[in-house]
Amino acid sequence: MQIEFKNVTHSYESNNPLSGLGLADVSCKIEDKAFTAIVGKTGSGKSTLVRHINALLKPTSGEIKVGDRVITPETNNKNLKPLRKQVGMVFQFPESQLFEDTVEKDIMFGPKNFGIPEEEAREAAHKMIKVVGLSEDYLDRSPFDLSGGQMRRVAIAGVLASDPETIILDEPTAGLDPVGRKEIMDLFKEQQQNGKTIILITHNMDDVANYAETMMVMHDSRLRAVGTPKDIFNDQDLLDKKLISLPQSAVFAQKLAKKNFKFESLPITINELTAEIKQQIHGE
Amino acid sequence: MNKLILGRYLPGDSLIYRLDPRGKFLITFYFIGIVFLANNLVSYAFLLLFVFFAVYISKVSISFFIKGLRPMLWLILFTVMLQAFFTPSNHPIWHWAFLSLSKEGLVIAGYIFIRFILIIFISTLLTLTTTPIEISDSIESILKPLRVIKFPVSQVALMLSIALRFVPLLIDETIKIMDAQRARGVDFGEGGLIKRIKSFVPILIPLFVSSFSIAYDLAIAMESRGYKDGEGRTKYRILHWSKRDNITVVVMIAITVVLLFLRSYK
Ligand SMILES: Nc1ncnc2c1ncn2[C@@H]1O[C@H](COP(=O)(O)OP(=O)(O)O)[C@@H](O)[C@H]1O
Ligand SMILES: [Mg+2]
Repeated sequence: MQIEFKNVTHSYESNNPLSGLGLADVSCKIEDKAFTAIVGKTGSGKSTLVRHINALLKPTSGEIKVGDRVITPETNNKNLKPLRKQVGMVFQFPESQLFEDTVEKDIMFGPKNFGIPEEEAREAAHKMIKVVGLSEDYLDRSPFDLSGGQMRRVAIAGVLASDPETIILDEPTAGLDPVGRKEIMDLFKEQQQNGKTIILITHNMDDVANYAETMMVMHDSRLRAVGTPKDIFNDQDLLDKKLISLPQSAVFAQKLAKKNFKFESLPITINELTAEIKQQIHGE
Repeated sequence: MNKLILGRYLPGDSLIYRLDPRGKFLITFYFIGIVFLANNLVSYAFLLLFVFFAVYISKVSISFFIKGLRPMLWLILFTVMLQAFFTPSNHPIWHWAFLSLSKEGLVIAGYIFIRFILIIFISTLLTLTTTPIEISDSIESILKPLRVIKFPVSQVALMLSIALRFVPLLIDETIKIMDAQRARGVDFGEGGLIKRIKSFVPILIPLFVSSFSIAYDLAIAMESRGYKDGEGRTKYRILHWSKRDNITVVVMIAITVVLLFLRSYK
């Protein structure tokens, strides 16, 4: 399902006129089955942008196309369920949405709202709890007895269980330990390989470099740049303005560049970096 | 939900902002009291004039006050309609079954309407120009005499200011949780009554859970910074009663006198 923004502006109805603008004239395409990362400072409009995709927010002007569905300022609040089933969204700190008395029921909550029969929903819960790296024993426990990281996994399972075509992740790994973060990021990559479109908001540039195919940079409610991570991380203007920072491998390469190494473009992943170093030491 | 104006503070600066909050607080209640003294067109007009003057010198845009009316609109309309259609009269202009419309009824409905405007505007003025902390400080200061009968004034004031502090936080939290559940396919405000009530469970439970955890964290944070309740706590914000506060009191007395005079005006 391709997603397209056409001149989308969103202003929040706000008591404070200064903080009103959420999104200013954003146009872009998000490719089907791709892994797209959105980066930008806090308050730059990332969350506002993605909330338009499942019509939690509607544009003040402009339109959004999600598959054959068009969202305009006039879009009615009714009949949004098919759209929200197709576009799953994992919020920042998703554990605060858990409410059922067992993990199983909580995972089944989304699918049942979208009209998936009880039995299928239960099957999905049993499948997804394993996908997010927990055993089936957890299904009978109360979600409130779990640790923060486990709650996060249950919440993610709850979104995956509705089998959305597009999965939006708003800072899904904030506050997780490094191992947990890697497991969860790998899980999203796996979902992409299963044919899903992934849209990830993150502040972690290494995750962007390692997982994303396209990168969007937001700044002051505007979309400032779109491209492959490789191109964006090599864009000196964006770096100078501090709109993005570099992944660790690129920082390391910059230091090497001061010591007789030469990089045509900065390597952004460990693999690229080691390949370059090997080649420059042994290659010539 | 965040459209609720009544009860929100709007940062700004003007004479009204600088008044002593204790005075503002008491004067607001006093004014609400004397609104009920008005009994004819001139006296209502006089009070309206005063309120609009106060709004004017507060330098807060009138649109905030009009927005503040919005959540009360149905209550106001309902009360005004009730007065208009159910005031008994010997000379109805129009009537049908038990409903009748008369000149007296319309006049009373009009007065009720003005009364609502006066009360809502003046209380909105108080909350827009006074921070919640200032309000709870003034309540503490006003309740101080109750210490004599062992009433825990400072604890109550602390509870109040914490509660006020958490209102915007809880509103934000509610919006966040509602969005998350919407994304999981909940339709708020659709379907029958039972379905609607049921759709609030997925909001209320997470809201309770997070309120408790916020409260728990706050208690630990306060204790680790040495909070101890009871006597002997000093104040960081000291309230000052100054000349301009005296002037507002004089103005209120003058208004009362004029109002009493206008009451008998025919
Ligand atoms: N509910 C809201 N009401 C008013 N302004 C908001 C609201 N949510 C976000 N904003 C404003 O919109 C802008 C973009 O916010 P957001 O999309 O949340 O940024 P990000 O997710 O990149 O941190 C910010 O300036 C923010 O203050
Ligand atoms: Mg955000």
